[in-house]
Amino acid sequence: MSSRIELSHVGQTFWVRGDDDKQLREFVALDDVDLTVGAGEFLTLVGPSGCGKSTVLDLIAGLATPSSGRLTIDGRPITGPGLDRSVVFQQYTLLPWRTAAANVEFALEAKGGSTKRQRAATAREYLELVGLSEFANRYPHELSGGMKQRVAIARSLSYEPEVLLMDEPFGALDAQTRERLQEELVGIWRRLGTTIVFITHDIEEAVFLGQRVAVMSSRPGRIRETIGIDLDRDDAGETDIRASRRFGDYRHHVWSLLRQQHLDAVPDKELASA
Amino acid sequence: MPSLLAEKTEARPNPRQEEAVRAKGASPRRRRAVTLARGAAGLLTLAVIWEAAPRMGLVDSYFIPPLHVVLQEWWSMATDGELLKHVKASLVRSGIGFSLAILIAIPLGAAIAWYRPVREFFQPVLELFRNTAALAILPVFTLLLGIGETSKIAIVVYACFFPILLSTITGVATVDPQLLRSAKVLNLSAVATFRKVVFPAALPTIFTGIRISGAAAILVLIAAEMIGATAGLGFLINYSQFNFLIPKMYAAIITTSIIGVAVNYALVALERRFSRWRPA
Repeated sequence: MSSRIELSHVGQTFWVRGDDDKQLREFVALDDVDLTVGAGEFLTLVGPSGCGKSTVLDLIAGLATPSSGRLTIDGRPITGPGLDRSVVFQQYTLLPWRTAAANVEFALEAKGGSTKRQRAATAREYLELVGLSEFANRYPHELSGGMKQRVAIARSLSYEPEVLLMDEPFGALDAQTRERLQEELVGIWRRLGTTIVFITHDIEEAVFLGQRVAVMSSRPGRIRETIGIDLDRDDAGETDIRASRRFGDYRHHVWSLLRQQHLDAVPDKELASA
Repeated sequence: MPSLLAEKTEARPNPRQEEAVRAKGASPRRRRAVTLARGAAGLLTLAVIWEAAPRMGLVDSYFIPPLHVVLQEWWSMATDGELLKHVKASLVRSGIGFSLAILIAIPLGAAIAWYRPVREFFQPVLELFRNTAALAILPVFTLLLGIGETSKIAIVVYACFFPILLSTITGVATVDPQLLRSAKVLNLSAVATFRKVVFPAALPTIFTGIRISGAAAILVLIAAEMIGATAGLGFLINYSQFNFLIPKMYAAIITTSIIGVAVNYALVALERRFSRWRPA
């Protein structure tokens, strides 16, 4: 249950009104982005805010169409949203009038072809996968932020998409909850083998989760470098792999890439006054 | 007891709040009993004043008869079927008008809200109509539809239509765009998106309009029945007054009040049922 995604020479421009003269002008969000995500791969996309990471995700999800270039999934061009891909957003997108279980069922209803009883069983199964069996009948406002995001993940996985797209899903959570969810996500990915594209601005998160980390630069958004991460995450539960030497090296490498581009981007006068 | 004066009904307290109340030591049941008792005392005071003032000669007992006279009259009207006839006439008219307004206003409001340019085009016109008193239009309806049932139902539809329409527009237009995005990701059809996402999200807001309309349906009808009708509570009140059947008039007025309260309670209960999910 996994697919290969390819982006070749993808560009995206928007028309935006300038701050000073209110003139419409072209804003290049993405420029010539080339990226391949292998079937079953866990790829993280890291970059400064405003670099176009979310645009990349919207394009893969089919929520937007690129100005130029080609996006394919298993060789087929992406023309719109589809149930072969699912998205977990940073903001909680649960339907507040449905319980946790009914929210998972919502996705299954969209997919169709199942009875009410089958949907309920599948919902239970996926809530169990994210450790929320006991909270199946709670409404979203009765759940914590971390729990809501678990439900969102369960909902996204329930219809067995081949690609899971995640847009800073843990961005609004506290540090402990975030780390736990990161570990659990790796476990889920191992079990299901779904292709995952995970967007974050958190370097540690990118290194911890990704088999490969794609570092983006901004204005215009480009893939600056893709780094293969070779970490033994098998006993992430017991040992603190974030404290290991290798982890630190990877983290530093990504950090210096982002730092360097930050320095490049800062105008001279700002440096002079600093 | 939900307050009828509140614009929106309170949501059911979530488990955390229930716990907080328990921790404070005030049992919600006891609190409710106290509220109920105070409310009953208020009503009783009103009843006592109504009974005592005419007897003590503070007001002319011909124009304001003591309460027990009114209640006796009410009872005899209730038992001989006279009251039932008028209540039925009024309820059928306002029921038909109210239902028609709901059936027309909700789909129309949703359509207006869904298309932004259409919404911006209609909004000022609708605001203008909404602020035109239904009774001011009554002569127009009488002119066009005569003085029969049609014009009375039409005036109820008119009075109920705008609150429901405007609240539907607001409700649909303010649905969380993030929810719409997740529906889009699931490749949901427009119809399914509306049925499963937009309508449930807008329902609490729509209900505010429905409640306002429920009250308006009865108020406007009573007034319309006073002008031209041969049955109905409005007719009964007016007819009794013309013929100096003063206790009968008060009995009819009390009946309209009771119906108004009952309708509002029923709608509040329905609203609560539909908005249990709302965080407090």
